[in-house]
Parts: sequence; structure tokens; C-alpha cells
Amino acid sequence: MLSCPFPISDYPYITMAHGGGGSLSKKLIDELISPVFSNPLLDQRNDGASFITPGDSLAFSTDSHVVSPIFFPGGDIGHLAICGTVNDIAMCGAQPSYLSVGFILEEGFPTNDLWKVLQSMKRTADDAKVQIVTGDTKVVEKGKGDGIYINTSGVGVIKCDPPPAPTRVQAGDVVILSGDIGRHGIAIMAAREGLELETTLKSDCALLNEAVMSLIDAGIELHCLRDLTRGGLASGVIEIMDTASLSMEIDESTVPISKSVRSVCEILGLDPFYTANEGRFIAIVPATKQDKALAALRSHPLGNDARIIGKVSSGDPGLVTVKTSIGTHRILTMLSGEQLPRIC
Amino acid sequence: MKFIDEYRDAEAVKRYARAIRKIVTRPWTLMEICGGQTHAIVRFGLDALLPNEVTLAHGPGCPVCVTPIELIDKAIALAQREKLILCSFGDMLRVPGSSLDLLSAKAQGGDVRVVYSPLDALKIAKENPDSEVVFFAVGFETTAPANAMAVYQAKNYKIDNFSILTSHALVPPAMQTLLSAEGNRVQGFLAAGHVCAIMGEEEYHPIAEKYKVPIVITGFEPLDILEGVYLCVKQLEQGRHVVENQYIRSVPKQGNPHAQKVVREVFEVVTRKWRGIGPISQSGLGLKEEYQAFDADKRYSLQSIEAEESPDCLSGDILRGAIKPHQCPAFGKSCTPEHPLGAPMVSTEGACSAYYIHRRHTAPTPSICNP
Repeated sequence: MLSCPFPISDYPYITMAHGGGGSLSKKLIDELISPVFSNPLLDQRNDGASFITPGDSLAFSTDSHVVSPIFFPGGDIGHLAICGTVNDIAMCGAQPSYLSVGFILEEGFPTNDLWKVLQSMKRTADDAKVQIVTGDTKVVEKGKGDGIYINTSGVGVIKCDPPPAPTRVQAGDVVILSGDIGRHGIAIMAAREGLELETTLKSDCALLNEAVMSLIDAGIELHCLRDLTRGGLASGVIEIMDTASLSMEIDESTVPISKSVRSVCEILGLDPFYTANEGRFIAIVPATKQDKALAALRSHPLGNDARIIGKVSSGDPGLVTVKTSIGTHRILTMLSGEQLPRIC
Repeated sequence: MKFIDEYRDAEAVKRYARAIRKIVTRPWTLMEICGGQTHAIVRFGLDALLPNEVTLAHGPGCPVCVTPIELIDKAIALAQREKLILCSFGDMLRVPGSSLDLLSAKAQGGDVRVVYSPLDALKIAKENPDSEVVFFAVGFETTAPANAMAVYQAKNYKIDNFSILTSHALVPPAMQTLLSAEGNRVQGFLAAGHVCAIMGEEEYHPIAEKYKVPIVITGFEPLDILEGVYLCVKQLEQGRHVVENQYIRSVPKQGNPHAQKVVREVFEVVTRKWRGIGPISQSGLGLKEEYQAFDADKRYSLQSIEAEESPDCLSGDILRGAIKPHQCPAFGKSCTPEHPLGAPMVSTEGACSAYYIHRRHTAPTPSICNP
């Protein structure tokens, strides 16, 4: 790994002056941030990036990242910040092209940690084949931030016509889940709370654009795509069914959950259906295309455990039910906030 | 997963449901004590597998739900103090006090931290010698040993900036109160497996004898609960009323003597108030004289505030098993998890929350299973 080019001996921590718009701000951007993301559009050093749209229909999305701790098993805030927006654009059926990056740094944040985060963002952006073409950096006083916050926004070219959207979901469609759920939420909780697990559980944080492209390239008619982030699988499907005014039944026994995630959830009284993911998505497709869609998704490493987990019907609008492992039914509802571990 | 999957086996569950149908000849009302059991019943739709003759009443065994509103207000008052860290189990944070909850107190600047064990709170006290650290010690017999151990260690290691705000409840006195109440409908109990893992079965024998009720110590998985119901119904049909242990894999007859010892060392039995039910004689645990220095209530001379419950909240009737959550006029209307009127709508172990989360539209949940 390259070493940090910034004169750390002079400034091992971010100071207010790095956000003041003067020479130290310029130094931070010129010597630390810009060289990492260097590309012709960024290097124009304009107030924004100017480019010719590479396609007729564009998708545009934004995502802010405040994760704590910033380095966690399976990723870091930089990796997450690129994956977050790339995945949101991919869920619009688009191939992401350009990103913007906004940093809010807290006074006292170690410059070396910023360097590590930048390197991680660069690697992830390269993997996603996206360019970071514009950005911004602000510094807030110590105590008014949590080290580092990152916002990313981006545009991508829509690759399927019509693009997937909740309103396109139809009764009879099947729901395909790309792999096991709950790893990001539990890995973060374990890292944050110092839970000692027998195995190291890693976040599933990953770029989903290629897995989505494998579906598009296979010519699958994509009715809806959704990456399952905060709120987990449950919140994702409830939101879609709410917008689509349709009903869905999920077969619990078909939803893959790793042994570690299940164990931690059992101990703490958490429900993996509501636990966060950062590298999983659902695809809602016509039943006639289910085999082809499964085959396409399984051909990609991030989809090799893809399964059909449920079916859409014209029942109660917004109703999502789960067929439990013992054959009964329960209803999934939105949680009012974060899941809280129970007493006993 | 071992000890989970075999107790969620669909075929075995159906076999027990069939066995219950086979032996039942008339209506019986059973009460599961523990909120964890209520949650499992609703989550897995177990009551939909039972014959119409068997009614499950949901008991008062949710520690969050029975913590008096005055104590929540005291915890909030502590959280609002300068240089004081209030540590709590997660599901206490959203329980409404008379005007705020702990989550709002945190948002307003209070230092409220979620911990998984009272020993984590003790560690925070050690690491922050310039702050006072209070652990909100809520729970039944199950959490009492760990809370007792935290106080015991604080005293022995002289961690003087640590104290607990205690709200410990005991199950057997509450069962007796329910059984003595006018109009009681409960004819048999599924006793709380985790409580009995600590306390053993001893104290349930006199209750079974005096009130002529079968008491089956029961676990938390679908198969546990259906086996508990089966054993309880079998006793009722045969006119028997003894203590039986369905949860043998976790509950030894004598319980956990080491855990009981540390509880006896630190706590004594006191009279306490149960939210929604009122005061019950000898139904709680308070710190003994020699550990009073660690009692946050006394250390900070907290004012006892007479707090008002919402008149629309029927949580008392629900905690006594007199009505089901969806029979409360406020359920799902003025009372939701976002705006709970009472604690049972907050905790994941609360009966109202379990009903709301898993069967918002219908009750009971329709079963597709044909036992």
C-alpha cells in the first residue's frame, strides 16, 4: 500500500484550518484527496464536473454514510460510501458512471485514517468502473462530528427499458434474493459493542452493479430491484409492496441466514429479517423468467446463493406475510426505529 | 442450529398439535408467564394450531412492561444529570415515562448507553472515574444474578461511582395475585423456563397445591410451548395439579444454586409496584442494608413523582390476561409502537407489540397448516 503523501509530521490530525478555505484546505485537497481520485474530469478543477451524457436515460442517486466504527470486519466507511451510491444506481437498472464525494471531517481526525479511507474509496471506485469527478471537504469543530462523514452522489446510464420500479411489480411475480442476509448489521454491532464471537463475522458490503448487469445482459425483464440496507429484507419488501399496492408472501425456510448471524440474533433477540445488509438485493421478476434470472444471478459470485423467496399476489395492499418454518403465517411490519436488544 | 432447529421442526409441532386435540374435551384457559413465550406464540402463530377449547392468556412476564412509570421517570431524571452515564438494556429506551422516554432524554443531551450486561456498565464506571454511572437494573429472577454480581464486585473493588436503579420483580407472587383476583380465568400456567433455570421448581409446588392449578415449566421454542400446553391440558383433563418440567434441558430441579447465592447476598425481598397491576406484597428485590450505598434511588435522593398513566391504556387488563391486546380500543389506533400509550406496546416481549408486529390486520393469524 502506498504511504500517505501528506506531511503527517506537521499535521497528523485534521485541524479547523483544513476546512477554512485557505492554503491548508488547498493543501489537503491538492496533496491528499485529488491525487487519489485523479481523472481528466476531476483534474479540470472546476466547481463541478462537465461531461457529455453517455446515454439518453440517466439514473441519479445519493447516499450519506455515518457508520461507526469507521473500520469494521469486511469493510470501512470509504468502501461503504462507494458501494452505497453505486448500488442505489444499479437498483435503477443503470451502470454507474460518475460520483461526487463530500467529506465532513471532525477536527482532530487522524490524517492517516483519512488516507486509508481514501485508498479504500479509490479501490472500490476502480472495481465499480466509476470515476469520482467532483467533491467537497468541510471540517467541523471537535465534538460536533464523529470523525468522518461521507456523502456520495452519482449518475449512471440506464441499461434496461423500461427501468425497474416498484410501480411495475405485478401479481404473480417472483421475488429473488441474491444471498444470505444480516451480516452487515451483526458485524457492525459486534464491532461496536465488543461482542466476542467464536467466528469473525464480516460485513457483506459489496458492489452489486455487476450482479445486476448479469440479469440485464441475460435479457431478464426486471420489474423491481432493491438493495437491502437499513431495515433489512423486511423493510425493503414492505416499502415495495406499499408503493405497488400489492401483497407478498415470503417462505421463511428459503431465506438463507448464516449460522453466526442466526446465533447472534437468537442470543440478542434480534430478527435477521430486519438486520442491515450492504451487499444483498432482491429482484422481482415475472414468474416465467424465474429460472433464467436465477441462472444469470448464480453465475455471479455475489449471487451464487440466490434463491426464490416469495411471490407477489393481489391480496391486501402493502401486506407482507411470512410462512414460518412450522407452516403458520406471520405478518411483517415496519419497525418504528432500530432494533433494540432485549433484556433476557 | 443445535437446540433451535429440532424445536422448530414442522412435523413434530404438528404431532403435538394433534395430540392436544386428541385429549381436550372442554374449554381451558392457560397463561404463559413470560413475554419471550408470548412473542414466540405470536411470531410462530402457535395459538392458531391449538383447538378452540384451549385459550392462551398472555401473562405479566415482560420486565419492561411491569416497570412502574415512576421508575422510568427517575431513570430519565438521572439521564438528564451532568456527568452521569445511565446504562440500560436496549428495550427500556423506548418505554414511555410520564412525559419522555430515555431515547428522547438521550436526544436532548443525556448520556444514555445501551449495554448487554450490568458488568459492562461496571466496566464503564471503572473507565470513567470522573463520572457517575447508574445501571437501570430491570428484570425478573433471570437478570437478578448478573445485577447482584455487578453490585457485589462494585463493593469489593471499591468502584464507588457505580450504582443501580433497581426494579426487580419476582414471578411467584404475581401468579398468586392473578389467581386470587376476582374473576380469574387462568386454570393452568406455563411457567417461565429462564426464571426457573435460576430459581428451580421448589417455590411453585405450594402454588400448584393451594390454587389447584397445574404449572408446567416451559421453554421458548414452538415445540417447547406446544409440549407445555399438552402437559398442562393433560393434567387439567385428568384433574391433576402438580408442577411438571417440560424444559428439562435447561432447568434443574434446584435451579442454579450459585446464582441464587449471589442474589441472596446482595438483594432482599421487598414489596413493589407492577405497572398496570399495582403493588404486590413481597414481589420484588431491593438492595440489602449493607449494599445501600449502591442504590441510585437513595444516592441521588430521587423524588418520587406520582405519574399518571394514560386513561386509554388497558395494559393492566392485558398484563392480567383479562383481555387480548387487539381487544383494547386504543390498539393500533391511538396506541402503536411509534406512539405507545403503555409499555406492552414497546418491548418486543410486550403482548401488544407482539400482536401489532405480527398480526396487524387479523387476529388470530390464519393457519395454512392442517394439524
